Amino acid sequence: MMPFPSTIRLVVAQTKYQLLTFWRIPVAMFFTVGLPLVMLVLFNALFGDSTIDTPDGSWSSRQFYTAGLAAFTAVSATYTNLANMVPLRRDEGVLKRWRGTPLPTWTYLCGFILSAVIIAFVGVTLLLTLGVVAYDLDIDLAKMPAAFVTFGIGVGAFAALGMALASLVKSASSAAAAANATILPLAFVSNVFIQLDDPPRWIEIVGDIFPLKPFVEAFQDCFTPFVEAPAFNWASLAFVAVWGAAGLGVALWKFTWEPSGSAPRRSRSRRAETV
Amino acid sequence: MLAIEVRDLRKHYGDLYAVDGVTFDVRQGEVYALLGENGAGKSTIVEILEGHRSATSGQAQVLGIDPAAAKRDFRDRIGIVLQSSGIEREFTVREVIELYGGCYRERRSAEELVALVGLQDKLNARIGSLSGGQQRRVDLALGIVGKPEVLFLDEPTTGFDPAARRKSWDLIEQMGTDGTSVLLTTHYLDEAERLADRVGVLAKGQLIAEGTPEDLISQVSGTTVSFMVPDTTELSEAPGVFGPLLGTEVRISGRLIEASVEHPAEAVNRLTSWALDAEVELESLSVRRASLEDVYLSLTATDNEEAE
Repeated sequence: MMPFPSTIRLVVAQTKYQLLTFWRIPVAMFFTVGLPLVMLVLFNALFGDSTIDTPDGSWSSRQFYTAGLAAFTAVSATYTNLANMVPLRRDEGVLKRWRGTPLPTWTYLCGFILSAVIIAFVGVTLLLTLGVVAYDLDIDLAKMPAAFVTFGIGVGAFAALGMALASLVKSASSAAAAANATILPLAFVSNVFIQLDDPPRWIEIVGDIFPLKPFVEAFQDCFTPFVEAPAFNWASLAFVAVWGAAGLGVALWKFTWEPSGSAPRRSRSRRAETV
Repeated sequence: MLAIEVRDLRKHYGDLYAVDGVTFDVRQGEVYALLGENGAGKSTIVEILEGHRSATSGQAQVLGIDPAAAKRDFRDRIGIVLQSSGIEREFTVREVIELYGGCYRERRSAEELVALVGLQDKLNARIGSLSGGQQRRVDLALGIVGKPEVLFLDEPTTGFDPAARRKSWDLIEQMGTDGTSVLLTTHYLDEAERLADRVGVLAKGQLIAEGTPEDLISQVSGTTVSFMVPDTTELSEAPGVFGPLLGTEVRISGRLIEASVEHPAEAVNRLTSWALDAEVELESLSVRRASLEDVYLSLTATDNEEAE
């Protein structure tokens, strides 16, 4: 009897197919990768060479919004993307179909998450490249290790939170709404699009409670000239990581493979503990 | 060796007894059909055997393994065609076959499978562009891509056109002769009669009859006589008139009267003599061998009466 295909081969195949899915859904491509690029062009047209003055000196605001948009791209590719796609596959019964095959179920989820991380990486790289090539974005190589680590912790945490949301919300349509309803308002109070100058206290508190602002700020630190290399913002990163761990816990606890309403009453299918 | 062994299986959801003490076996290489109306418990039994659901009590074994505790090796040896489960719409037929096939130890090629299910010209078509019946055939292909020893088919031909249904029947029959054991659920009686080596009839979570289609048919009196009630006879009087003539109880639906008779020659002789004497025509008179449908109707009718 032939052996099972190796785990690495299975994970690679799953990741490849999830990337192919993404490639073939134009609307997902546009919102995740295209829209931030469009916004970068718009912001540069609107704010151009404006500068931000602080007691530490003044610098071009594009260092801020380019890094903010890059961080937001990473969040869209992981949190929003997974919270949309996983419930969709569950509603379609695709998750249940995979459950009946010899594919180890964690391999399937691994493909989802790895593909999201790759999309995030490509999206962020495209955005930064456009910034450098077209708009004189300043990149300090000494801070790039911090940028990589920040990216890594951020995508890990937001992928876990996306899976948590996908586990809590039962239908695909409400999951898509919940993903946008949570992330978009939060983006406005988290320095993604606009640098808030002396915001109302409650807005500051909301921004500080959730992990988006710490992630965005930690990523911005790697691109703004007033933070010295190596620019690791460990406090913020630890905060983001704790949120990610909580998300992972919820996902493991609440994840289901079956479409909601597929069985009468309280027959929730076996959960992720058997993954 | 038994492919599937089910003993006093029960699945309760609160006070709803979806499966209420079911016992049956499927032998190796056998095609076994579970027949029943929607809600009779067919899908619940199949889902327990696939490992998708756990039983409240009783034993279920597939290939000697308890599906509730089964792992990867088990799922490598079974194939599942669920009643409704989607396929990634963005992929082509070839891509899904290769993707799903890629996780089994042994697999069939995409070319072989599309030939088996009759989708040769759709190999490179996206799933989303296929009709419902064509997607169902991809379902079937994905069920057998891993060369299963036991194949679960939950209403596999629902939504098929007649030609596609015949084609699928041929395929399922071939699976049976290849040594694959098949557990089929269906509410199409012709499908069960054509495909199944043995049939189990389910009603309200219980197995109310079991046997080969021929056995079940011969349990019901052998021959069905039917005709339209002549205009000269009031519909309300028809059972009183024709019951004694045919020597048994009659069933009426619309103006069609039907009876299962033990001795067709005698019964028809009495009936036609009566008609000649009364100078009436018996429209649509037919005498035919009982079918599984007659068995099913008589079984579920008795069951309903008992319940009332």
